[in-house]
Amino acid sequence: MNKKLLIERNQYKNKNVLQKYGLLFVFLFLCLILSLSTPNFLKLSNIINIFRSISIISILAFGATFVVLTGGIDLSLGSVVALTGVIAASLAHPNTYPLIVPIIAGIFVGVLIGLFIGVIVAYGRVPPFIATLGVMTAARGGALIIAKGRPILDLSSSFSFIGGGEIFGLPFPVIITLFVFLLVLFVLSKTKFGRYVYAIGGNEEASRAAGIKVNIITIMVYIICSGLAGLAGIIQTSRIAVGQPSIGQGYEMDAITAVVIGGVSLSGGRGSVVGTILGSLIIGVLNNGLDLLNVSSYWQSVVKGLIIIGAVLLDRKKKN
Amino acid sequence: MEKEYIMELKNISKSFPGVQALNNVSMQFERGKVHALVGENGAGKSTLMKIIMGLYRADQGQIFIKGEKFVGSSVIHSLQAGVKMIHQELNFIPFMSVAENIFLGHEPCNNFLGVVSKKKLLKETKKLLDRVNLDVNPNLPMRDLTVAERQMVEIAKSVSFGADIIIMDEPTSAISETEVKRLFEIIEELKRKGVAIIYISHKLDEVYQISDSISVLRDGNYIATFKTAEIEQDKLIKAMVGRELENIYPDKRAKIGEEMLKIENLSKDNVFTDISFSVNKGEILGVAGMMGSGRTEVMNCIFGLDKYDSGQIYIRGENVSISNPNKAIQKGIGMVHEDRKETGLILGLSVKENITLSNLDKIFSGQIINKQKENIYVDDIVEKLSIKTPHRDQQVKFLSGGNQQKIVIGRILLDQADIIILDEPTRGIDVGAKTEIYKLIVDLAAQGKAIIMVSSEMNELIGMSDRIIILREGHKVGELDKANISQEKIIRRALLN
Repeated sequence: MNKKLLIERNQYKNKNVLQKYGLLFVFLFLCLILSLSTPNFLKLSNIINIFRSISIISILAFGATFVVLTGGIDLSLGSVVALTGVIAASLAHPNTYPLIVPIIAGIFVGVLIGLFIGVIVAYGRVPPFIATLGVMTAARGGALIIAKGRPILDLSSSFSFIGGGEIFGLPFPVIITLFVFLLVLFVLSKTKFGRYVYAIGGNEEASRAAGIKVNIITIMVYIICSGLAGLAGIIQTSRIAVGQPSIGQGYEMDAITAVVIGGVSLSGGRGSVVGTILGSLIIGVLNNGLDLLNVSSYWQSVVKGLIIIGAVLLDRKKKN
Repeated sequence: MEKEYIMELKNISKSFPGVQALNNVSMQFERGKVHALVGENGAGKSTLMKIIMGLYRADQGQIFIKGEKFVGSSVIHSLQAGVKMIHQELNFIPFMSVAENIFLGHEPCNNFLGVVSKKKLLKETKKLLDRVNLDVNPNLPMRDLTVAERQMVEIAKSVSFGADIIIMDEPTSAISETEVKRLFEIIEELKRKGVAIIYISHKLDEVYQISDSISVLRDGNYIATFKTAEIEQDKLIKAMVGRELENIYPDKRAKIGEEMLKIENLSKDNVFTDISFSVNKGEILGVAGMMGSGRTEVMNCIFGLDKYDSGQIYIRGENVSISNPNKAIQKGIGMVHEDRKETGLILGLSVKENITLSNLDKIFSGQIINKQKENIYVDDIVEKLSIKTPHRDQQVKFLSGGNQQKIVIGRILLDQADIIILDEPTRGIDVGAKTEIYKLIVDLAAQGKAIIMVSSEMNELIGMSDRIIILREGHKVGELDKANISQEKIIRRALLN
């Protein structure tokens, strides 16, 4: 009897392994093909390049992972990147405020927007799609107002370090991304808050009946998501060294794409941030590989779109 | 010889990770007969039906329908083969009308363009509804119907498909006795027309009333098929459970102590009015009432899931206001909800996560969950309640109803609730698991918990309760103490008129 139980447990584990790593195989397969077809792909400088290129989208996708896990969606990410970016830029001229001021301001504005969305969704019972669609439009307008419709130039060199600097040869944005990843991984897998996020996405009514403060958790989730968008806005603005009110268009879709490729269910309750990072790695590697192969950017979009669908199809097949 | 049977299953096997759901099951079904399928939860009934419906693919074995090998891989194939299933959880589109729901997927059309003929649709629907004796407006949206009416519509739907094999999965779990009668009349009529009916139910008295033969499944194995007229209930239960059941309702020895919960004049507009009762330490208070009597709504208000308009709630003499379930849990109330899949459990999460869902704050003071510590708590509950699961990390959706219910109860145990509300605690659960849950409830009472048990099963209430209150149409219409509790007639009368 005991032996039988043990076997059953092992079977149970095996299936999970297959589910967990299906996406990893897709990723490795992609890398294999690219490294065979272009010699530059595996060079260290190129690999660092890939990581740098995905850092912004990854940070956004980490935040979106929380939202999507609760069964919601955030369409405002790109606009929030622009708004927080120009706010940070307007406070980052040389010899004005210490570096910490634009950073805090950018993230704080992100947090406020998240609080706003969260309250509207949790207490106002407005579907997340609509609430964030509204915020998407409003925040873009806000960015244009603050920047007066023009790029904000003349940023301090210390501010530029955030997006452009390196430590031990690693781009600073990559280090930030890694740090955020570990933090999010910890929060989602080891804390009560993380458990409740999954629970709400799995069944909101049952979560409420189990005494979980669903509204508060929901608000927190949007605060995290928009706060991280604020961080991404600062990094992006610093990297291009201009406060640009038009940046970030379509970022929300890239972030959601990474989340979905990563296997997070759009209806909530299932998935992990490990999948999300694999999702954005797959996108990053694709972009990079197609560049190296000199595929025209028009065709890149087509290929990318199809590969995204293919990756998700493959992943779903594995799960069934 | 195969031609004699309308459907034949041969050596069907199916396994899921960690569970052998069906093991070499063979069965035959005849035209114009009601063939009941019984067995405990987890016996494999649902899996078997899902294979027939093309929702699952069998690992091994074959199905023959009307002598032909059936290789359906979707519901459409099985519908074409004439098989229709009426699910325990009804599937319908709430905002579409009764008529549209019935003809969903095969709307009557006037011409080759595929324009739906509203007139024909209504006429056909009227005809079908007449056949099942249901008097509702075909234009009403489905969500405005009562559960029983929806069930009837579903039956009308299977008639409209011209199904000659109809599978009914717990068709009476949500309907009243008069409606059951009507359902049985329809079944008789279908029988006369040569339709084969597979009737799955936990209610053995109904099985005896309606079926011609009974097949028993146990732990995924086919045990036997009996002629209904020739098998005694004791023997049938023994075949289902694999052992003799002692008394279904355990003896109670709990000492009844001081008052734990008192409800005074609780009212909610148009739902219930002036409900008052109390429950004491160690007592099991039965709440009798049909669906729609307000019984679940009262309980939801006490638990903070719903808001009441007026009235008072006292816990241990202290006047409290409970605005949400979180407060209720903090005040020591635990609730097992009527619908464990909707309100009780998070099906996609694991056994472990479901058990500790509401008590993480009690186990861990900070934010961080220590998995080893959590496992100790969970394993303790799994063992105490003998929850059958391959692993504590198994998703609860793969467990049987009885085990799922134990998980909800386990959560309340971990909460250390001392007022426990059980709303239909044994709905959709087999005899074996039922007795286990009864024993658990009695144990809890013996530990000094105050228990409120809502049920629509008269025998259960009489067998378990120390006192019974009766609700009808939102009013309390009676209260029976220990001495009068066994007078089933009184309760029945109070419930029905």
